[in-house]
Amino acid sequence: MSNAPFVEVKDLRRVFDVSKPWLNRVLEGGEKQYLKAVDGISFDIARGETFALVGESGSGKSTVARMVVGLLPPSGGGVTIDGVSMADAAQAAARQRLRRRIQMIFQDPYASLNPRWRVDRIVAEPIRAFDLIKGEREIANRVGELLSLVGLHPDDGKKFPHEFSGGQRQRIAIARALASNAEFIVCDEPTSALDVSVQAQILNLMRDLQDRLGLTYLFISHNLAVVRHMASRIGVMYLGRIVEVSGGRELFQAPKHPYTRMLLDAVPDIGMTGRQRVPVNGEIPNPINPPSGCPFNPRCPFANDRCRTERPPLDEGVACHAVHERRIDVPVAA
Amino acid sequence: MSEPVLSVRDLRVEFVTRRGILKAIDGVSFDIAKGEVLGVVGESGAGKSVTGSAVIGLIDPPGRIAGGEVRLGGQRIDNLSPEAMRRVRGKRIGMIFQDPLTSLNPLYRVGEQLVETIQTHTNLSNAGARKRAIELLAEVGIPAPERRIDGYPHEFSGGMRQRVVIALALCAEPELIIADEPTTALDVSVQAQIISLLKRLGREHGTAIMLVTHDMGVIAETADRVAVMYSGRIAEIGPVRQVVQTPLHPYAKGLMGAIPTLVQSSDDRLVQIPGSMPRLSAIPPGCPFHPRCPHAWDRCSRDRPDPIQHAEHRVACHLYDANDPTAKAHMIHTHAPLEEGVAS
Repeated sequence: MSNAPFVEVKDLRRVFDVSKPWLNRVLEGGEKQYLKAVDGISFDIARGETFALVGESGSGKSTVARMVVGLLPPSGGGVTIDGVSMADAAQAAARQRLRRRIQMIFQDPYASLNPRWRVDRIVAEPIRAFDLIKGEREIANRVGELLSLVGLHPDDGKKFPHEFSGGQRQRIAIARALASNAEFIVCDEPTSALDVSVQAQILNLMRDLQDRLGLTYLFISHNLAVVRHMASRIGVMYLGRIVEVSGGRELFQAPKHPYTRMLLDAVPDIGMTGRQRVPVNGEIPNPINPPSGCPFNPRCPFANDRCRTERPPLDEGVACHAVHERRIDVPVAA
Repeated sequence: MSEPVLSVRDLRVEFVTRRGILKAIDGVSFDIAKGEVLGVVGESGAGKSVTGSAVIGLIDPPGRIAGGEVRLGGQRIDNLSPEAMRRVRGKRIGMIFQDPLTSLNPLYRVGEQLVETIQTHTNLSNAGARKRAIELLAEVGIPAPERRIDGYPHEFSGGMRQRVVIALALCAEPELIIADEPTTALDVSVQAQIISLLKRLGREHGTAIMLVTHDMGVIAETADRVAVMYSGRIAEIGPVRQVVQTPLHPYAKGLMGAIPTLVQSSDDRLVQIPGSMPRLSAIPPGCPFHPRCPHAWDRCSRDRPDPIQHAEHRVACHLYDANDPTAKAHMIHTHAPLEEGVAS
């Protein structure tokens, strides 16, 4: 059991129907249109690890997060957490027990907390929902404990969310995620709505909690520097696929996929004042009509005919014909 | 360095509310030279956008400019009539806002919007203005401009829209461009394109650019000088390399250390500044940063620090006051823990 990954995502797919309404299709003669938001991605997360998915908007990273926690049913493939499939009907009872151990933290702490509930009720909700602790006083004690754990005062439970700043609200959201003794937390852009000094507080808190409680994170972000700071392994997404997956250090020292290289060149970074930029070409294509073959081929300087027709498999941690064929240099991590 | 394009002196902006007067900008001074990019950074509520709005005279009631001077090319513009100011805006100052979709009228083709702006500021004929519009679109890097000029804003992607907005700002060849979070709504790969475009245009046209953003990375790569704002004041201003690599003000030090970067070791903890920026209604007396500052001593809660020239920086902090014999002691006493976290 200890060898099996804690979270296993296999060939996960999600297709959205983005067709025009039926009447328009009949009158204007349009076809049904589908958007492949997530197009067959696989990854594993070991217990106690932080796995990050990074990508630009429209790459499908949030859709993956929602499927992993079960907020969105996949169109294909599956998610297995601690040996329990998230789709298999036969395992419904086991899945119900598993639910408690999975929680999610959302991007916008203004939208993810009920404005009409006091903080103690918000944090206690998972405890009550899973019937974890009996007795009002015991629940109140546990809520106070959780609030202290995330750096708030136990008395803050009597306040409403609007009395808190964005960073404090994100702390409340973290306390709520921990309330059910969660082991696996999916964080979808947890600091994107926060100022940098507050972001630093939240990222440090998340790392401290991981050390103390042995949490496993799936961390979704568009910010490469944040991902580098948080993750032990990173998957880079482009148009619904993982184009490269590798350890945090290697990815930044020796990026293999041309898209990863371009992205690392493009990020403005305070460590790189006065640096000459490599010009970046083009934008993410429309996912409704993705390019054939490798999705990155129209922007890739190394693309050839094979790249335009044949989809590269994820092999040796990178999905790129040019790397597989050794047509381009593969940097070696120092 | 002749006369600066933009010169702001002791600018103060207040908002009159039922609960009293809020000082959003409290004594801000800076210059921008021809062809220079001044970055203005700060966290939400620091007053960076209000500074930009005050310069272009777009402070709406209940806000008001309560004092100070704004000079454009030597001429005072903060006391102009709304009609005169409207002519300065657009003609001599171009503006780029965060969300390109709200800066463009969705009902008009981009060409019509460009031609209208060009004809407002020049006396070109219809055909001449259209030709100029196509040139501008080509200059900001829109492929096939002679075809795209007849497109509507919704037919452009986010990055392409922002290019159209930049073309609009350039129509009248302004002396100054104020860019308020121009890349915040864009993806990194597109962001990089817009940054290099702004840099190139500033260099080629000699336009002064005031770049307001919360993204230190964008500033580090784009700006020549940077002003770090805190609670409506400039905490530190200086050449970008110096301010990013060796910040002096304790807030600037904390801010730089709090930013995860692509070069530092990822095992380091980020520097944590305790607490958060005070509300405008409760700005502490003395130095507004003193309740969060590890160096603060009694003088900091009493006297408001004036900007002090220190090497190439100007920093508003008592620690650097050569006339205060006790200042040095406070610095040595608590310097180590802060210094540690700052990315080398």
